Amino acid sequence: MTVLAVAEHRRGELRDVSHELAGAGRELADATDSELHLAVVSGDVDAFGEALVREGVDRVHTVDYGEEFNHDVSVQAVEQLAGELDPDYLLVPHTVNGLDYAPAVAERLGLPIVTDAVDMAVDGNLAVTREMYGSKVETTIEVDADRAVVTLRPAEWPQAPTGGDATVEPFDVSIDESAVRSTVTGFEEVAGGDVDISEADVLVSVGRGIEEEDNLDIIRDLAEALDATVSASRPVVDSGWLPKNRQVGQSGKVVTPDVYIAIGISGAVQHVAGMKGADTIIAINTDPNAPIFDIADYGIVDDLFEVVPALTEQFGG
Amino acid sequence: MKVLVTVTDVAVVDDEFEIDGLDVDERYLTYELNEWDDYAVEEAVRIAEDGEDVEVVTVTVGPERSEETIRKALAKGADRAVRVWDDAIAGRELLDAETKAELLAAVAREEEPDLVLSGVQSGDDSFAATGVTLAEKLGEEWAAVVNQLDLDADAGVASVHRELEGGVEELTDVELPAVLTIQTGINEPRYASLRGIRQAQNKPLDVQTLGDLGLDESALETPLRWTATYEPESEGEATVFEGGADETAGELAAVLREEGVGQ
Ligand SMILES: Cc1cc2nc3c(=O)[nH]c(=O)nc-3n(C[C@H](O)[C@H](O)[C@H](O)COP(=O)(O)OP(=O)(O)OC[C@H]3O[C@@H](n4cnc5c(N)ncnc54)[C@H](O)[C@@H]3O)c2cc1C
Repeated sequence: MTVLAVAEHRRGELRDVSHELAGAGRELADATDSELHLAVVSGDVDAFGEALVREGVDRVHTVDYGEEFNHDVSVQAVEQLAGELDPDYLLVPHTVNGLDYAPAVAERLGLPIVTDAVDMAVDGNLAVTREMYGSKVETTIEVDADRAVVTLRPAEWPQAPTGGDATVEPFDVSIDESAVRSTVTGFEEVAGGDVDISEADVLVSVGRGIEEEDNLDIIRDLAEALDATVSASRPVVDSGWLPKNRQVGQSGKVVTPDVYIAIGISGAVQHVAGMKGADTIIAINTDPNAPIFDIADYGIVDDLFEVVPALTEQFGG
Repeated sequence: MKVLVTVTDVAVVDDEFEIDGLDVDERYLTYELNEWDDYAVEEAVRIAEDGEDVEVVTVTVGPERSEETIRKALAKGADRAVRVWDDAIAGRELLDAETKAELLAAVAREEEPDLVLSGVQSGDDSFAATGVTLAEKLGEEWAAVVNQLDLDADAGVASVHRELEGGVEELTDVELPAVLTIQTGINEPRYASLRGIRQAQNKPLDVQTLGDLGLDESALETPLRWTATYEPESEGEATVFEGGADETAGELAAVLREEGVGQ
């Protein structure tokens, strides 16, 4: 039996999630007595292929076609690889690019797809753990089939250790160019600007709980009293109340301050991805079940409109 | 030109809740327009306002309850709505992305839109796979996680920005017809005006069953089974301060001072 995991890269760099996929893939391969194969499509596949040789990986397949990720190419390449290798489980990262082609591959191969897995277990069938309602509950989805595509949430699995002696083999694809109907024309960096929140020692971070733009004043007052920098979750930035360079998270910035104060922020996975490396995390939220409390060191379950001004006052604000 | 927008109402869980069997007890759920779909509706309405002769149709897989949400989309400027539902669909515990896409595809084949806009994900089950699956079923192009759209309908191309991780956007040209999954922040969704809300009451909302769409129950078959739901064990070891705001703020201030903050 075979587990096939497809690595991800961007602008010349293999992304960490590729090694996590190898780690998760090995666990699944052990549980099902399978070989673990990795694949990488496009880019500097020779270098990527070498880097993917890690402990627990049996074979690496490189598809030398194009420079950057293109979903039409990835769909065809992975479809052909799957045709050749006949994998039981196909693992893809639950990333923006993973989401841009894994569902199409599953559909084309007639396989069920389970997305955003945070855990997997095999007891006869594959059982996938995932979250619902913004991480407030966990669910198990059992796959009543021999084969499936699973997308894995980044940063949930250990990276496969370096080492190992997998063979790296080029895989010959025949890409039907007429079916490549999307063209990547470039990249653009956003979120530049005056303040670099990733440099701040103390962040006062505000979420949708603040309700209105005018209410941001109490956050600014607190930040001033603490000599801290203001950052935010995505909805605050989407609403245009703070510039994009203040957004913490998967699509914003990764921050590692000494202290991160999350105010009216639920702790959605895409937000947490950007701030879980903070030394001390403090949450102020009315909802005792908000997932932010799972990663917080200190918490107050109360109305931010009461707590924040009281806190500011404590610091003479 | 016709733009089809997938619209769903998502369940939001109260602060305190109980689980009943496989799902959160209905008493603790409220329903609202899916955040990502709100942006998709807005984008479609803007396309209609910019161009001549553009029709915006919404499509929803959902029970009668979801009509409240659908009316909101109509009040914001969609022209008419299709809702897919019947007893067979209601009887399914799990509507996975593939099943939803199958039902939406049946409507899309009847409507033959030039463009389908779908939210990146639904806020409740977060599969984030329905839009791309739908595109593949229709044999059309797609782009996932779109946060900027420039449509050149004459040239048959959508130039999009796809929001990748870490503040990087990918610029991609996609051939039409296409399905785009829309990310929040692409625009600023409007509030429905009172006039819009009044008008929405008279806009057509057409309910279709599996049979109406030429499908049977096999369209609902999936090898995926929802087998358990539980509250995750908190791994957190947060020290939670109790008491009135002044008290808790005082205790938190002491912690912050210990950390050397605000001195
Ligand atoms: C592809 C993708 C990328 C994303 N990237 C990011 C990203 O980079 N960063 C990011 O943040 N999000 C990102 N998101 C969005 C993410 O999924 C969440 O929607 C978002 O983080 C929610 O922000 P929030 O916590 O402020 O709002 P909510 O989830 O709405 O939470 C608001 C919280 O405020 C609390 N609250 C309300 N009123 C009060 C009050 N008076 N006092 C105290 N507490 C109160 C509520 O209990 C709730 O917990 C992304 C999503 C996708 C799909």
